[in-house]
Amino acid sequence: MKKYTYTEKKDTRSGFGAGLSELGKTNPNVVALCADLTGSLKMDAFAKDHPERFFQVGIAEANMIGIAAGLTIGGKIPFTGTFANFSTGRVYDQIRQSVAYSDKNVKICASHAGLTLGEDGATHQILEDLGLMKMLPGMVVINPCDYNQTKAATIAIADHHGPVYLRFGRPTVPNFTPADQKFEIGKAVMLNEGTDVSIFATGHLVWKAIEAGEQLAAQGISAEIINIHTIKPLDNSAVINSAKKTKCVVTAEEHQMNGGLGDSIAQLLARELPTPLEMVAVNDSFGESGTPAQLMTKYGLDAINIVEAAKKVIARKA
Amino acid sequence: MASTAELEKIVTQVRRDIIRMVHAVNSGHPGGSLGCTEYLVALYFDIMKHNPSKFTMDGVGEDLFFLSNGHISPVFYSVLARSGYFPVKELATFRKLNSRLQGHPTTHEHLEGVRMASGSLGQGLSNAIGAALAKKLNKDNSIVYSLHGDGELQEGQIWEAAMYASAKNVDNLIATVDMNGQQIDGSTDKVLNMGSLRAKFEAFGWHVLDLEKGNDMASVVNALNTAKTHTGKGKPVIILMKTEMGNGVDFMMGSHKWHGVAPNDEQLAQALNQNAETLGDY
Repeated sequence: MKKYTYTEKKDTRSGFGAGLSELGKTNPNVVALCADLTGSLKMDAFAKDHPERFFQVGIAEANMIGIAAGLTIGGKIPFTGTFANFSTGRVYDQIRQSVAYSDKNVKICASHAGLTLGEDGATHQILEDLGLMKMLPGMVVINPCDYNQTKAATIAIADHHGPVYLRFGRPTVPNFTPADQKFEIGKAVMLNEGTDVSIFATGHLVWKAIEAGEQLAAQGISAEIINIHTIKPLDNSAVINSAKKTKCVVTAEEHQMNGGLGDSIAQLLARELPTPLEMVAVNDSFGESGTPAQLMTKYGLDAINIVEAAKKVIARKA
Repeated sequence: MASTAELEKIVTQVRRDIIRMVHAVNSGHPGGSLGCTEYLVALYFDIMKHNPSKFTMDGVGEDLFFLSNGHISPVFYSVLARSGYFPVKELATFRKLNSRLQGHPTTHEHLEGVRMASGSLGQGLSNAIGAALAKKLNKDNSIVYSLHGDGELQEGQIWEAAMYASAKNVDNLIATVDMNGQQIDGSTDKVLNMGSLRAKFEAFGWHVLDLEKGNDMASVVNALNTAKTHTGKGKPVIILMKTEMGNGVDFMMGSHKWHGVAPNDEQLAQALNQNAETLGDY
């Protein structure tokens, strides 16, 4: 098992803030909109450095999405910022008609996704956002794993013409992606080559997959670990090539089973290469209040759950 | 500048287009389309600075128009075609399979003149504000226009947008409300009485203009020109335009029944008799 280390834990939302700040300096067409969560989204630096390109819309997310769509007419590249719940479910029709169906170059940037939002509870812990967004024709859906990757993804999506959903989170997590690693939309990142089981993880579950890989290695199981930072378009060949080699698959994500990464991979494999598959994800349930760590344990999203899923799926191999 | 008589000739032809388009596919929304014909003809043939022969999505240096109540697509399509955005004969494809003229307007089929999909109500004011903000950033002093149904104002997003536009001084924007007083289930007063829209928009910080005769071409042109003089003064501008749904076709007027119903063959003949061909049918 390849050794991964990190010097510090950082929040992915700060990676977004840093990426946006850099775009402010390098791309004069980038504009940003926020619905009263500038500090939470780490958009302060952009707002301070580029006040003429920062639009505070107040607590009015539908209007924010509509304005962002309008701003593209005239060549602007709008980045909207609010919590993942208010970035998707609350404004689904606005995204559908004014952004996706209208082919607008809007970047919907969503923080505090999933259970790790923590104590605020289920009203704010959206676990359906990846599914909602990936169903929209033409929408690119990205869920990076750490600070460096989120920063790189933020910068990369400015150069992609079309609607993008960028999902990140609140807690600090190990920052292990090399700072100079280029972010390629739709290109999975091989973290560890293995032969017994393929683990496809996204977002905060990527580090947990690395921890699981170490535990499996200690038990003599060779896990292939792949970071799927782009849910859509899915890197089909990365999934199929790995599944061909290991002949069994675990998916891991901080999202409902329905509609998430596991669902996309299951669809692909069912069509192309039927393979035993286990999903580490939330099973048709809302979250609740608690610390991020408590919630990840209670809802079965820890490294140990990935280890158990791996053993289970290996046992299912023909 | 077009004369009132010239504009009225176009109006008559646009009415014929609307009725024929809706009749051909036995679906669509003739009532609101007919009520807004004078407004759209005035906008596209007299008021707006625009370049129909060289459509670009960004429309830099041009005035822009957003149709928020997308169901009145027949009048929008007819006016776009008649002003040169796309061939008039394409109106015959309205609502048919593989057409660029979808039931509600879309950019998806790359129809020249359309910059935003609309149909799900309440979104166009936010879109127009965004385009107006982009113009300000680009130091482009053109004007952004938008049209809304009165029933559409029941959507909450309209009021989010209305609040924003005045708070942030979006003063290169002229919105118009088609006050025909009708919606699908009956009169707007009966379905959900909105009280005084003048008082509401004034309270939201807009400069409000009343247009009592929204189906009188000289009055419409005058109101739009007056509205232009109020741009650039720190406040968004709105015209409350009273119209008659189904205007120009006697049996369609004064009722909400023709909101989304097409005329039969006999009714088509009757409607066309009341609106003589002026520019040539498609």
